[in-house]
Amino acid sequence: MIKFENVAKRYGDTTVVKGLNIEINDAEIAVLIGPSGCGKTTTLKMINRLIEPSSGAIYINDQNILKADPIELRRNIGYVIQQIGLFPHMTVGQNIGLIPTLKDWPEDKKNARIKELLELVGMPPEEYMNRYPNELSGGQQQRIGVARALAADPDIILMDEPFSALDPLTRAQLQDELFNLQQELHKTIVFVTHDMDEALKLGDRICIMKDGEILQFDTPENLLRHPSHGFVEEFIGKKRMWQQPEYIKAEDIMITNPIKATPNRTLTQALEIMSSSSVDSLIIVDDKNKLLGIVTAKQVRSNANKARRLEEIYERDILSVKLDDSMADILKLMAQNDIGYVPVTDEQGRLRGLITRSSLVNVLGDKYVGEE
Amino acid sequence: MDTIMEYIMFMIDRSDQIFTLTWQHIYLTALAVAIAIAIGVPAGILITRVNKLSSVVIGIANAIQAVPSLALLGFLIPFLGIGTVPSIVMVFLYSLLPIIKNTYTGLSNVDSAMIEAGRGMGMTDGQLMRMVQLPLALPVIMAGVRISAVTGVGLTTLAALIGAGGLGQFIYRGISMVNNQMIVAGAIPAMILALLVDFALGLVEKAVTPKGLKQTNGKEVEA
Repeated sequence: MIKFENVAKRYGDTTVVKGLNIEINDAEIAVLIGPSGCGKTTTLKMINRLIEPSSGAIYINDQNILKADPIELRRNIGYVIQQIGLFPHMTVGQNIGLIPTLKDWPEDKKNARIKELLELVGMPPEEYMNRYPNELSGGQQQRIGVARALAADPDIILMDEPFSALDPLTRAQLQDELFNLQQELHKTIVFVTHDMDEALKLGDRICIMKDGEILQFDTPENLLRHPSHGFVEEFIGKKRMWQQPEYIKAEDIMITNPIKATPNRTLTQALEIMSSSSVDSLIIVDDKNKLLGIVTAKQVRSNANKARRLEEIYERDILSVKLDDSMADILKLMAQNDIGYVPVTDEQGRLRGLITRSSLVNVLGDKYVGEE
Repeated sequence: MDTIMEYIMFMIDRSDQIFTLTWQHIYLTALAVAIAIAIGVPAGILITRVNKLSSVVIGIANAIQAVPSLALLGFLIPFLGIGTVPSIVMVFLYSLLPIIKNTYTGLSNVDSAMIEAGRGMGMTDGQLMRMVQLPLALPVIMAGVRISAVTGVGLTTLAALIGAGGLGQFIYRGISMVNNQMIVAGAIPAMILALLVDFALGLVEKAVTPKGLKQTNGKEVEA
């Protein structure tokens, strides 16, 4: 765990980082993001003491790193920098083996590790080990950069906009590779970027910074759904959530005032309610608003005795979804069961809304077309 | 009238002497440049570390360079007398500037990203210098050494004036005796020597350029 305690950095009169308090958990990817000059890179570089804090303390596993030997500290933290962090005068193998060399590993252990890491990043060792960085493409170079950071098997890896200089396709590919690698390795990764898509794609938690302060440090989902701050919402982009279907929940697409009735209504009353609200079905709830079932106009009309009550005829065996079910799941459910509507309930089974095909068209139409 | 044949005959006649003087010339130049490297490179490293010193040190080296060579030699005689020592000191002083300046330029032009990467991986200052900065600056430093050595060969001809020998001896004796053959017998080997030194150090410069920094023509780079 990395813990910042009231960490500040001042250069003369300017304060670039103002009293940070963050805790980064083990095995998570924490993304620092914000406009340029927000202090995100400064924050990152304080973790390996390339920049010394002006005040406050930083702990790694409860050890105050400001009291540790910086050289030793850095050798135990992986570091991937922007663009060309590779040494052009060293071969790929020498670059990857750099920290092992600094740590005086025996030659055969070092070579074995270099080969293992090249395999890990998908570059055959026999082909690449003795080549120089300028013989590689940008994507390959940055793979070597990642491999080099992993060389001494550090628990923590710092990445400073590692993919920003790559073309969009290669960038997406390396993001995927990093994500997959992390599923295997479970490192604690602190990742600086200015690209919100990258942050959402990689971050377990995202820390949004501005003017040296943290505005919100939260999961991508919470940032999208509950931005704490006008700036956060603006920075993420108001429409961002609608581009991430997995984050769209039932509550975002339902109509909140479905037409409902209690089971003790007569069929005549039911027909009256339907026609006055221009709907062709009613949701049946009890007096505590708990979902019971549904009844359609067709079912009501097919009964000759209109004095009967709804409780005798309504459909009890119906599907419903919860408020935080995702849109993708809901659409799948509706398609598979060939139903045109589905009620939405909370954890207690109380009716909160209704999703119908036409409500979907309305809501999505608004978001994707109406706000252009 | 002299013919080319007569010049050649003269040189063959005096070949033993020319040979001795050439060796003397090489010895004087090499020693002076070697001392200049031994002092200039560390000085260059020092001023990249302590940046405040850089303008002072380069300023002094520049000032020395500006003094006319004959005047510098004259200035050294009261302190060091005549002979080998003052002539080596003169060539050494002239060689300092290109070496210090190129060391400084070479080191300060190393990409700051490289330095940050090295430091971020836990290199000490010494390791950073040895493993990253010097190898990357070496081609520029060697270019400075090359300039020093070539001008050094020229300057060493002045050594004969104060009895230190070298190919200048033939040139000055020839001038005072109005003997063109003798002048040329000194001048031609000095010229050839300068060109050879330039060529040889050019090769060294190429050899010390890290392989990864050379152009990789025709090598395919895939995505």
